Amino acid sequence: MSNDIFVLAEHFKGKVTDITYEMAGKARQLATALGGQAVGVLLGSDMAALATSIGADRVLYVDDPALAHFNPEAYGRVVQALIQKHSPRVVMIGSTSMGMDLAAWLSITTGLPLIAYVNGLAVENGTLVATSQIYGGKIQAEAVPDGEACIVSCLAGAFPADAGRVEAGQTAPAVETIPAPVSLDNLKVGFVKWIEPAGGDVDITQQAILVSIGRGIGGAENIELAEELAAALGGAVSASRPVTDAGWLPKTRQVGKSGLTVKPKVYLALGISGAPEHLEGMRNSELIIAINTDPKAPIFDVAHYGATCDMLDLMPALTEAVRARQAA
Amino acid sequence: MNIIVPIKQVPNLTDELEINDEGTDLAHDMLQYVLNEFDEHALEEAVLIKESVGGTVTVIGVDTTGELDGILHLALAKGADKAMKITGDFTPGTPSHVQAQLIADAIRPMAPDIVLTGVQAADDRDGQIGPMLAAYLNIPYVGVVTGVSISNGKAVVHKEYAGGVMAEFIVTLPMVVGVQAAHQPPRYAPVSKIRQIAKTARIEEIAGAETAQAGSTVRRMFKPEAAGHAEMWDGSPDEIAEKIADLLAEKGLLKRTA
Repeated sequence: MSNDIFVLAEHFKGKVTDITYEMAGKARQLATALGGQAVGVLLGSDMAALATSIGADRVLYVDDPALAHFNPEAYGRVVQALIQKHSPRVVMIGSTSMGMDLAAWLSITTGLPLIAYVNGLAVENGTLVATSQIYGGKIQAEAVPDGEACIVSCLAGAFPADAGRVEAGQTAPAVETIPAPVSLDNLKVGFVKWIEPAGGDVDITQQAILVSIGRGIGGAENIELAEELAAALGGAVSASRPVTDAGWLPKTRQVGKSGLTVKPKVYLALGISGAPEHLEGMRNSELIIAINTDPKAPIFDVAHYGATCDMLDLMPALTEAVRARQAA
Repeated sequence: MNIIVPIKQVPNLTDELEINDEGTDLAHDMLQYVLNEFDEHALEEAVLIKESVGGTVTVIGVDTTGELDGILHLALAKGADKAMKITGDFTPGTPSHVQAQLIADAIRPMAPDIVLTGVQAADDRDGQIGPMLAAYLNIPYVGVVTGVSISNGKAVVHKEYAGGVMAEFIVTLPMVVGVQAAHQPPRYAPVSKIRQIAKTARIEEIAGAETAQAGSTVRRMFKPEAAGHAEMWDGSPDEIAEKIADLLAEKGLLKRTA
């Protein structure tokens, strides 16, 4: 076993995603403490150019047409083979749509322990300590792997992305391009195509004001109250996952981990409890005002102002109050 | 089609969660357990597949609390045909690695055509059950799935990425699917139906032998300190509305109409 830290890079629509940089920056810190190197692992097809922005000591780029688009079976086979060949100390994988198909599967196929939902990593006396955020964000669990090596899957935003980017003037990592270390024939999982979301009428990431609704909206019939308020404010309506899962608004309006990340001037969180996956998508908004009948809702931990009145009463009242000031 | 839905019971997250005296786990005996909400979606997607192409839906879970029956009755009321529970010397908080190994051992001889389970659960500290099941059974896995359709012995699945972008995969069965959301909201089961099923349903029991391990040890479990908190306003909705409007106006954020 080496003391190297592997970072499984992610790319989406031709670009390396932020979580890659977040993990790379952390990996360099861990590698220094453990006496190894931070090694980026990038899988793709004709994508060597993406490797040079990753702030690792070196990058292993696996090039194969079968890796052009993420495929859990193809990527799983390749990463398993690389782990078995190189025996890294730690394998860092993003807790993302791609990473969640791989990390637990690799834990079984390589025999390495997995610590998931990690938002903290440190080395104490040569031992890795990982902190996981679980139970809907209500609980933190600090754990130590039972053996020396392990896989950790890291939450987006846990570590700073800038620490893992190659800045202008810095030396890019050495990139080694290799063919797939295992056969990628006879795959049972076949990638067919990408599907862009429908209802792309409004880009919520470009709005200055968002009226964001959660489960508290009650039903589709109440959404027009939010639309009226958004219109009065010159903003748009966005939503948390339960609202889009129910089909009351299109996916393009969804804020959060599996939706979009927004940074508006004003984020009105109405009837949103503030689950970690939602907070991930809006916590850097300039002004957050939260309305929720539950005074213990976690949204109040990130909001600047809050109230526990009913959102269905608040929306028309606020629309009135806004229009009155605009007409004055 | 032989459709299997592994489920997990998890602590009810709307309750207050307490840490045990040692500070290394939840105080499990104080908790109420409910069906993992993602497993509810997996069950709905399974029933939709059955309604579309025929077959039987079997739910199966590890009984870590001694109270799994109620959840299995709920699943039967929501459209499952058969319910099974894996019994043994298990305690609440049994790690995902162990639950996956127990379930894989139980369902391997059943030769499922498709296994659907929730993409994740709130207590998955050591990882998610779906991908582990696929590894133990040596069949493919696709997770974060919001739609499954079956044709000619293959499954067409839609995997979700950020921003609503999806990828379509076609997969040779058998496979494991990690369900993010069923393509319609889970159907409601009236309490009267659940009660009736509780009286008549037969839950098959399988003895399980634990061989897997979580692979890591929790040395400290705690509630995070919130970095801050909102300034809370009191008052009627009208009063709160006035306060918000004043604040927005003060910050120059109210657009003037013509």
